[in-house]
Amino acid sequence: MAQSANQAQKHATATGETRRDFITLTAGAMGGIGAIAFILPFINSMNPAADTLALASTEVDIGAIKVGQSVTVTWRGKPVFIRHRTEEEIKTAEAVSPAEMPDPQTDKDRVKKPEWLVLIGVCTHLGCVPNGQKVGETKGDFGGWFCPCHGSHYDMSGRIRKGPAPRNLEVPQYAFLTDTTLRIG
Amino acid sequence: MSTTAKQNGLVKWIDSRLPIFTLLDHSVGSGYPTPRNLNYFWNFGSLAGVTLIVMILSGIFLAMNYTAHVDHAFNSVERIMRDVNGGWLIRYIHVNGASMFFIVVYIHIFRGLYYGSYKAPRELLWILGVVLLLLMMATAFMGYVLPWGQMSFWGATVITNLFSAFPIVGEAIVTLLWGGFSVDNPTLNRFFALHYLMPFVIVGVVILHIAALHQFGSNNPLGIDAKSDKDKIPFHPYYTVKDLFGIGVFAIIFAFFVFFAPNFFGEPDNYIPANPMQTPPHIVPEWYFLPFYAILRSIPDKLGGVLAMFAAIGVLAVLPWLDTSKIRSTKFRPVYFWFFWLLVLDCFVLGWAGGKPAEGIYVIVGRIATAYYFLHFLVVLPLLGKLETPKPLPSSIAAAVLGSGAAPAGARMEKP
Repeated sequence: MAQSANQAQKHATATGETRRDFITLTAGAMGGIGAIAFILPFINSMNPAADTLALASTEVDIGAIKVGQSVTVTWRGKPVFIRHRTEEEIKTAEAVSPAEMPDPQTDKDRVKKPEWLVLIGVCTHLGCVPNGQKVGETKGDFGGWFCPCHGSHYDMSGRIRKGPAPRNLEVPQYAFLTDTTLRIG
Repeated sequence: MSTTAKQNGLVKWIDSRLPIFTLLDHSVGSGYPTPRNLNYFWNFGSLAGVTLIVMILSGIFLAMNYTAHVDHAFNSVERIMRDVNGGWLIRYIHVNGASMFFIVVYIHIFRGLYYGSYKAPRELLWILGVVLLLLMMATAFMGYVLPWGQMSFWGATVITNLFSAFPIVGEAIVTLLWGGFSVDNPTLNRFFALHYLMPFVIVGVVILHIAALHQFGSNNPLGIDAKSDKDKIPFHPYYTVKDLFGIGVFAIIFAFFVFFAPNFFGEPDNYIPANPMQTPPHIVPEWYFLPFYAILRSIPDKLGGVLAMFAAIGVLAVLPWLDTSKIRSTKFRPVYFWFFWLLVLDCFVLGWAGGKPAEGIYVIVGRIATAYYFLHFLVVLPLLGKLETPKPLPSSIAAAVLGSGAAPAGARMEKP
């Protein structure tokens, strides 16, 4: 430290920089590091807290959901659509060619068991919850879900087919713990 | 402004349209001439300012996770301690920051008392300081209620009940403060709202305090006016560096309490959730209120006690007119010197008595100390100014600091 300061002083005679400039700069740098070290825990306190993260997985009993029925559960404060699909719905979803979609994806890539479709029920356009879960709600042109906010149509695999949404409905991480228990998250 | 020459075009462009850089330079820069002989007791003003900023910042981040409801307040504070990232750090900074704030401000006040900083022409500067002390006390009291522990609840009950001492309107005032028939959810809600507001009121009064300070500049350890340029040095870099050094030392002490003794100043009872059905066996306020609490309890009459407690602060506001001595610094007042240290001792005795149960010897000691407190301001100070023979004052700051020969600056750093 002292040595480098001396070097700075020797160097000074040539360039007009002084030992004082060196001390001011290093002291300022240390102060800046200290300020950042002080600010970081404050910023970090705004990240999700431990108890919020602890709520990050949900277990659902899917034994009672009949073929053709949908349920909505809450996960991380968002709705998750769980649909027990019919044979016909599975066929329709698998038959269509992904090439013509805005966000091409095969149905196989979006499910673990073809009869169970699990989706985050948040439109990828601006975050509304699409209709289609309840009997009698508009399901859109492709028989899946329809977002009433800006008119996005999703199919029986939750893929965007028509409208302003850029991506398919997101599939959350999930696992079948038993045949009738589903863990989301 | 001496730094203008060095400044770049953008700074000049802004400064000619909005003179913020000039204002800064005249407030804490090289354009603010300051007495050359300020000692380390003059650090405590800037320390108080830094502490205020630390309290506001940590408080804003606490408010992001706090719930002002009787059913959730205690648990939300515990959640801050256990679950929120770094929440323990932010809360301990805020909790210990309150104690640090009072330590700094009390030293700042006694500095003013010792060096006569309240005397003409700085009376309004001093009175604004007393206003700041009152605002700080109100803020600290309401903040202490927010965790909704036993001490929070019963402290709030006792302090708000003080106002019931006033005849006729007393009960109505207390009901108004509570927003109900006891300290309850409406009380907690308004205390949170006001606790968040008050620091910004304090910032406003601090700006007035600094404006009043800059009218005549800082007082100094000799208590004589700075006359010539020789008596003064620019605030920057001399006192910015001195203040920064003080802040470094202060931060070490502050950090010691935050990391190694975070509950040193606290009461264990406040980690018990508030229970309106049971009063803790021994209620004490936070340490910084203890001297005033002792004065309250020393007067056997309810209204008298409350009035004496408020008068203990009120007497400070009229201090510039109670002290009849024209000599500011105690250095030149050989008799007042002893009375000053007696007052310091008296305040410690009051603090000690205030922390003890209200019985036996503690009450007697508290009463004697209370009597001296008022005697000091109301009798000793007015008489002493007339009776005391002060020591001769130096002709100027430069003459006292540099020696009568006025040797070149730096030749003699120590005062003779």
